[in-house]
Amino acid sequence: MEMRKLLASELEKEMKKNENIVVLNADLARPNGFENLSINYPERVINVGIAEQNMACIAAGMSSYGFIPFICTFTPFATRRICDQIAISICYADQNVKIIGTDPGISAEFNGGTHMSVEDIGVLRSIPNIVIFEPVDNIQLKNMLPRIIDYKGPIYIRMFRKQTGAIFTESDKFDLFKCKLIKEGTDLTIFCSGIMVEESVKAGKILEKQGIKAEVVNVHTIKPIDKETIIKSVEKTGAAIVAENHNVIGGLYSAVAEVTCENCPVPIKAVGIQDRFGQVGKIPYLKSVYNMHSIDIIRAAREIITLN
Amino acid sequence: MNLESKCIQIRKDILFEIGTLGVGHIGGSLSIVELLVVLYNKHMNIEPKNPQLAGRDRLIVSKGHSGPAVYAVLCDMGYFPKSWLETLNKPGTNLPSHCDMKRTPGIDMTTGSLGQGFSCAVGIAKASKLKNDGATIYTIIGDGESQEGQIWEAAMFASHHKLNNLIAFTDYNKLQLDGYIEDICSISPLDKKWESFGWKVINVKNGNCCKEIDEAIIEAKIASKPTMIILNTVKGYGIGFAENAKTANHSMTITQEMFEEGLKELEEKL
Repeated sequence: MEMRKLLASELEKEMKKNENIVVLNADLARPNGFENLSINYPERVINVGIAEQNMACIAAGMSSYGFIPFICTFTPFATRRICDQIAISICYADQNVKIIGTDPGISAEFNGGTHMSVEDIGVLRSIPNIVIFEPVDNIQLKNMLPRIIDYKGPIYIRMFRKQTGAIFTESDKFDLFKCKLIKEGTDLTIFCSGIMVEESVKAGKILEKQGIKAEVVNVHTIKPIDKETIIKSVEKTGAAIVAENHNVIGGLYSAVAEVTCENCPVPIKAVGIQDRFGQVGKIPYLKSVYNMHSIDIIRAAREIITLN
Repeated sequence: MNLESKCIQIRKDILFEIGTLGVGHIGGSLSIVELLVVLYNKHMNIEPKNPQLAGRDRLIVSKGHSGPAVYAVLCDMGYFPKSWLETLNKPGTNLPSHCDMKRTPGIDMTTGSLGQGFSCAVGIAKASKLKNDGATIYTIIGDGESQEGQIWEAAMFASHHKLNNLIAFTDYNKLQLDGYIEDICSISPLDKKWESFGWKVINVKNGNCCKEIDEAIIEAKIASKPTMIILNTVKGYGIGFAENAKTANHSMTITQEMFEEGLKELEEKL
C-alpha cells in the first residue's frame, strides 16, 4: 500500500476516536490521498486553497482552541515557504500542530527542482520546540501515528507518499524518540533515514559479504536526536556513514556530526545531496545523479575504514 | 468611572509602562485604547480570574507590538497585579513588547510577526464554529499590516467559511514605521478591498470615540458574515508629544521630561 493511503486510513481511524483531530490541506488533498477522508469528515477536513501561510496559522489558531490539526502539503511548501509561520505561530506559541510534508528530496520526481526540498530538515531543525520525524515505511508510520497524536507539541512528519520497500515487520517495536537498530555491526555505523534506509540495508548486506560488519541504524527522529544510541554505536564501531535524502548541509549528517564531534569524534562521511538543487527524473535516475545508491554507501564505507 | 475617563487612565498606564523603560511602541498602543476599553468593558464574555475559560470571547491583537496597550487594559480588568506594568520588556518579564500567550494571562494568541495573528484569529473563529460554543472572536490588525499578503489569504477564507463570529478592526492611523502609508504602499480604498473579499464593512469616522466604536460592534454582532470595522484613528492619540511625533512615534524614546509632561497632560484631562 502506498504510504499516503496508509496515512489516510490510519488518520481516519484516529479521527473516529478523537473528535479534536482536524486535517487541513492547501489544494493538494488528492495527491496526498485525503480525498475519501474529506468526504467522510467534511467538517473536519478543510481545504484552505493555495494558501500555505494561512493554513499554518489557521492550524495554530485551531490548536489554541483544543484541536489537533494536521496540515499537509508537499515538503517545500510545508517547510521553507511557511518557515516563519512555523517558527512563530506554531513553535514559539507552542501549538499542537502536526505538519506533514510529502515528497521529500528526490522523491518529488517529475515535479523537479522547484518541488524538491533539499533543505527542509535544515530549515526546521534550527527552530526550537519542533520534533522532526521521517518514517521509513508503512509499518513504522502506522506504529508511530498514535504516539504522534499523543505527543503535545509541533511535529514535522517528512513523508514519502508512494510505495516504499518493506523494511520493518509487524513484530518491530519503535520509540518515537529512540533510533531503530536494524543490523548490528562492529566496523562502522551507517546512520540512515527515509528512502536511504533501503539503500543502507542493501549496502550493509554487501559489505558483510566483503568482510565488513556494518551496523545499520535508522534515525527516524532527527530532532530531538537520540544522542545516546548514536554515541554508543560509534564508540563501538569507530566510524560512521550518514545516508540521507537531503542536502548534506543541515540535515541528518549535520545532526549526527554535531553529536559525535562533541561526544565521541570519529571519521564520518555523508551520502546525500552535495549542496545541489533538485531536477526532474525518476528516483533511480536521481539516485545516480546525486550518488545516493547503495554502491555509494559501500564506497564511502570502504574509504572510511581505510581512513581508520 | 465612565469609559472616557477609563481611556485616560489606561493611557497613563501605557505611558507608565513605556516611560519607566524609556522606549517603546507608544504610537500604535495609544491609537487603540478606546477600542480595547470598549471591548473589555462592554462586549467581551470573559472571566479574568479564569483566563482559559472554555467558550470565552477572544481577542487576537495581530499588530502584536501594541502589547503595552493590551497589558494596561488586561491589568485594569484584573488579569494580573498592577506591579507587573513596570516590568515591561525588562529581564524575565511577563509583559514582552509583543503579545505572548505563554507569558501573559489574558493574551489569546502570540503575535508580532505581522499578518499571522489575523490568520490565527480566523482559525480560532473556525474552531469556535466547529465547537458551536457561541463565542465571538475579535481581532485587531494594523493598517500597515494590511500590506502582508497573508491578511488577504485569511480574509478570503473567513468569508468563504461564513465566519460571522469574527469581528475584525483595522487601526487605520495612516502611519507605518517608515512613514505615511500613502507614500510607501497605499492600501486604499480599504473599505472596498474588504467588501470585495466578502466582508461586511463598517467605517468608524472617529476611531478614538468609544460611542462610535460601541455602535459599530453592536451592528457587527448581528451580521451574517465576518465584519471589518475600519477605525479612523490617530497614531499616538491623547498624548501631545506622541501625537506630534507623527511618523517617529511607532517606537520612540521617552525622556523623564516627556514622561512627566505626558502624565501632567493626562491628569489635567481627568
